[in-house]
Amino acid sequence: MTGYDAKDIIKLNLKAVKIRKHIIEMLYRAKSGHPGGSLSAVDALVALYFFHMKLNPKKPHDPNRDRFILSKGHAAPALYAVLAERGYFPVEELKKLRMINCMLQGHPVCTYIPGVEASTGSLGHGLSFANGVALAGKLDKKNYNVYAMLGDGETGEGQVWEAAAVAAHYKLDNLTAMIDRNFLQIDGYTEDVLKLESVRDRWSSFGWNTIEIDGHDIEKIINALKEANTHERQPTMIILNTTKGKGVSFMENNVDFHGVPPNEIERNIAIEELTHAEKRLEATL
Amino acid sequence: MSKKVMVNPRNAYGEALIELGNKYNNLVVLDADLSKSTKTIMFAKKYPDRFFEMGIAEANMITTAAGLASCGKLPFVSTFAVFATGRVYDQIRMDIAYSNANVKIFATHGGISVGKDGVSHQMIEDIALMRVLPNMTVLAPSDAIQTGKIVHLMAEEHGPMYARVGRADAPLIYGKKDVEEMKIGKGMVVEDGSDISFISCGTMVEPALEARKTLAKQGINARVVDMHTIKPIDENLILKCVKDTNGIITAEEHSIIGGLGAAVAEILAEKNFSTKFLRMGIKDTFCESGTPSDLLEKYQLNEKHMVKNAKNILKN
Repeated sequence: MTGYDAKDIIKLNLKAVKIRKHIIEMLYRAKSGHPGGSLSAVDALVALYFFHMKLNPKKPHDPNRDRFILSKGHAAPALYAVLAERGYFPVEELKKLRMINCMLQGHPVCTYIPGVEASTGSLGHGLSFANGVALAGKLDKKNYNVYAMLGDGETGEGQVWEAAAVAAHYKLDNLTAMIDRNFLQIDGYTEDVLKLESVRDRWSSFGWNTIEIDGHDIEKIINALKEANTHERQPTMIILNTTKGKGVSFMENNVDFHGVPPNEIERNIAIEELTHAEKRLEATL
Repeated sequence: MSKKVMVNPRNAYGEALIELGNKYNNLVVLDADLSKSTKTIMFAKKYPDRFFEMGIAEANMITTAAGLASCGKLPFVSTFAVFATGRVYDQIRMDIAYSNANVKIFATHGGISVGKDGVSHQMIEDIALMRVLPNMTVLAPSDAIQTGKIVHLMAEEHGPMYARVGRADAPLIYGKKDVEEMKIGKGMVVEDGSDISFISCGTMVEPALEARKTLAKQGINARVVDMHTIKPIDENLILKCVKDTNGIITAEEHSIIGGLGAAVAEILAEKNFSTKFLRMGIKDTFCESGTPSDLLEKYQLNEKHMVKNAKNILKN
């Protein structure tokens, strides 16, 4: 898809709210998982899967498809909810997250979950995997694009910077990475745990084209993705300035919800808040 | 005694890659600034578009290979055995083994006969590390001819595989015909015997053959098995050795923990086959710098110690 109007953006925002509701329900049922980083990643995932990427859920192995690699694998609930809503597998499956004998593992698995490109969860791998996909695309002269999403805390992993160097060295302009810059990781504020600033300067100095936007503004995400696709001879890093726990008031910027699921009361409040958001958006259609 | 023909298995790897590059246009090769040593440079010269220099960044190299495999490529990844396994264990575990990616890790400079570079470059734990990974096939060919064949087999069969060879030139054991029928997972009886079985892999097959000659002069008839595949291990051949001979000695340029000897021991114990048994390998220690022959003597991994050990376990 290329063009869009105001209504399309509202519909995408509605989809994002729906994904957030799925995430809350999934984690509540699973009684484990990572709400904070799942909620912060939702808008970019919606922009990719419901607007920007070339894909066909009926042909998940189409060699010409665009690929998305969730390097921050703990945001699996967000990815699963998006894949289910996009038609890769039944939405019913979401209820069985993290349960024995079920498909949806705690972290993404590529061998048997339709639409999942790489098995992640051990941080720092995804960008390297995306490099491989991008190199194959160049070698085969295919015009697909590859996207990867990293957590901000994740970029403490040395492998990320190996991959950053290699992507720039090989001029992988078919690669767009994103950082979910929510400023929080398990042990606290990223700048206290292991200083990351200036994130943008770091990536620029590694030879990347960089774009910095509000990571919850779907229109801006779409435009940034388009800009990244047309940029030549450099990979692009889109820094998504986000809020951990986005969309649920008591989870926002609350590090306690990095890896703790909502209890029943919290789930009810969260769903109520998201339903309100949904109604407000619907009213603008 | 006729003079032995020495050929480096690394060269056999480089030559096999060139042949396979012609046969499989999806074959790609990655290296981490060691292509001159691993001999992937031979492929790089012939097929520059399909060779990826990844720099001194092994973790990225392993995962990148998995990404290439996800797009239908057949990646061979090479560096020294220390850097190809221990350094990148998590990457191999998640992106190759768990993901069942069709990536072939071909490591050189395995074992202590790497020599003077010392412990940082002497890999004696790689077989153990790779053997515990589900989906992973583990290979250690013995000479250049077998290495060439194994590289072909790695390309033909789908799935994660790890192969290691040593650094040094190695005497030829086989002719091309000898390995025609070779299969992954099926050990080879190089020389038959009825008194004791040497079950060796990699660089330890040739000294076992030498030990066999010495023992023959003393009336001991040794069988020499080339167990080029450590996983999946050839159970039937191990059991045959138990039945046909009076003892088993395993030999590998690797720790006695977790490698070929351990794999054989597991089979013997679980099948309740009682036999005289000894593991030759590095005895849970780091080694040191030195010439390969000095190291193999000090750490008791040569023909002389094989002869001694064979006589001892048959006597007791």
